[in-house]
Amino acid sequence: MSLEQFKNRNVGVQNYTNLELGKSPETGMEQFTQVVKRTFKGELFVGLGVVMKAMLKALFKGDMHTVKYPFEKLPISPRYRAIHDMLRLLESGNYRCIGCGLCEKICISNCITMDTRYDEDQRKEVSEYTINFGRCIFCGYCAEVCPELAIVHGARYENASEQRAGFSLFDDMLTPIDKLNLQQEYDGFGAVSPNADENIKQTPLAY
Amino acid sequence: MEAVNILPEVTWVGVLIKAVLILAIISALAGFGTFIERKVLAFMQRRLGPMHVGPYGLLQIAADGIKLFTKEDIIPQNANKLIFMIAPIITAATAFIALSAVPVFPDFTIPEFVPVLGGVFVPSIAADLNVGILFVLGMMAAGLYGPLLAGMSQANKWGIIGAARTAVQFLSYEVVTGLSILAPIMLVGSLSFVDFNNYQQEGVMSWMIWQQPVAFVLFLIAGFAETNRTPFDLLEHEAEVVSGYATEYSGMRWGMFFIGEYANMITISIIAAIVFLGGYDAASTFGWLFIMLKIAFFFFLMLWVRAAWPHVRPDQLMWLCWKVLMPLALVNILITALVILV
Repeated sequence: MSLEQFKNRNVGVQNYTNLELGKSPETGMEQFTQVVKRTFKGELFVGLGVVMKAMLKALFKGDMHTVKYPFEKLPISPRYRAIHDMLRLLESGNYRCIGCGLCEKICISNCITMDTRYDEDQRKEVSEYTINFGRCIFCGYCAEVCPELAIVHGARYENASEQRAGFSLFDDMLTPIDKLNLQQEYDGFGAVSPNADENIKQTPLAY
Repeated sequence: MEAVNILPEVTWVGVLIKAVLILAIISALAGFGTFIERKVLAFMQRRLGPMHVGPYGLLQIAADGIKLFTKEDIIPQNANKLIFMIAPIITAATAFIALSAVPVFPDFTIPEFVPVLGGVFVPSIAADLNVGILFVLGMMAAGLYGPLLAGMSQANKWGIIGAARTAVQFLSYEVVTGLSILAPIMLVGSLSFVDFNNYQQEGVMSWMIWQQPVAFVLFLIAGFAETNRTPFDLLEHEAEVVSGYATEYSGMRWGMFFIGEYANMITISIIAAIVFLGGYDAASTFGWLFIMLKIAFFFFLMLWVRAAWPHVRPDQLMWLCWKVLMPLALVNILITALVILV
């Protein structure tokens, strides 16, 4: 399809497909027969039946769509960029961060500040690490640039606060050492949400 | 009916108790009706409805009541103050006055051990008029002065439109209500609800709905218009006229419109149950239960319809009432009269 065809704004010239809606009545008799037909067709009762079925299904088949939000939450997509998590190595329990500073460099809102030093094994260790969530725009560059998959976006999306600046320390975001077995591996940016199968629906092809 | 004759005499104390009972119970039921409506609509839209105040949200009515009672009573600057203040009272009062001529709840005698009031007979109808139906329909029609005056007094264009629509709707359906119920009245030969009830006591097949199906449907449609329910909720349709006649109202005055509307819904349900669906069977033990179920069905039908059907435009309402329903009602009366004659 050429670009010209999209730029054509002259209504009526394009190649539209009209819906088949039937003939509108012209004479009085045709109007009358249409009214009588519609009256005895029982379409109104179809509508009543639909909502009744919806109600019975909601009440007795558990087809209720309400999610009582603060008490229950829907699974979020792995692509969702919420508050960051600092992951640990599963084998040793050490944090994965190697102190390369790429996340600090790439951060476009300058909200990551880090300081590193060499420990006794001449291994780089993170001495200071804060993210200002008042500035963070959750663009995800830090997680993308991290060579060790050390900083990822987690699932904590409830980040309302009373003040603009909200600093998070490295240890706050780090997986607690006793919950290492519960640490969620980052699925990657292209991953589908855990309930993707349930969300699959037939495409409506009415037209 | 022999049973009717041996009933004790109705004293003014009994009538007074009945009036207080109707006021208290129907107001409470109207409040409960809002809860039921929210729940039913929610279920039909696969929601839960109010859930957090009390078990299953039951105390939501109390919370709403407290809110309504304690809210500031605002009277707009350029409104006609007197009429603005009176209008909601008209709606609520006429709704309850209409209920005085309708049989609500079975009759009973207060036991002797109750001090002062012991032995007083409380009738099932507060005022057993021989023109019951006429009185009830007249009162419900008079109730439309509430929205009409409210809309015109509040110096608000949405209110004016709401008031104009009230007039349109009132003129359209009132004819149909009267004409549709005329045919059953001709069959029974009385305007009293008790006579209507006694006419249909020979089982389900003696119900008026089998003899007058057209009148039943017409009355139901007109009843929906009369109570300002969904296919005909032109008066305060939010999507079109903000809130129509109730735009400027808040707090308890708005609450009175609401209570009036729900009391009217109950009244229409009772009339439909008594006139067309056999009423209460005074002889049977479960007559009171059956009439409750019938009334509850009509109430539920109103909520059901609200969930399912879109509402009509004012011109469609007038078209429906004047060009379709009124001729149908007239033909129905004519045929009924011919059948009675032959």
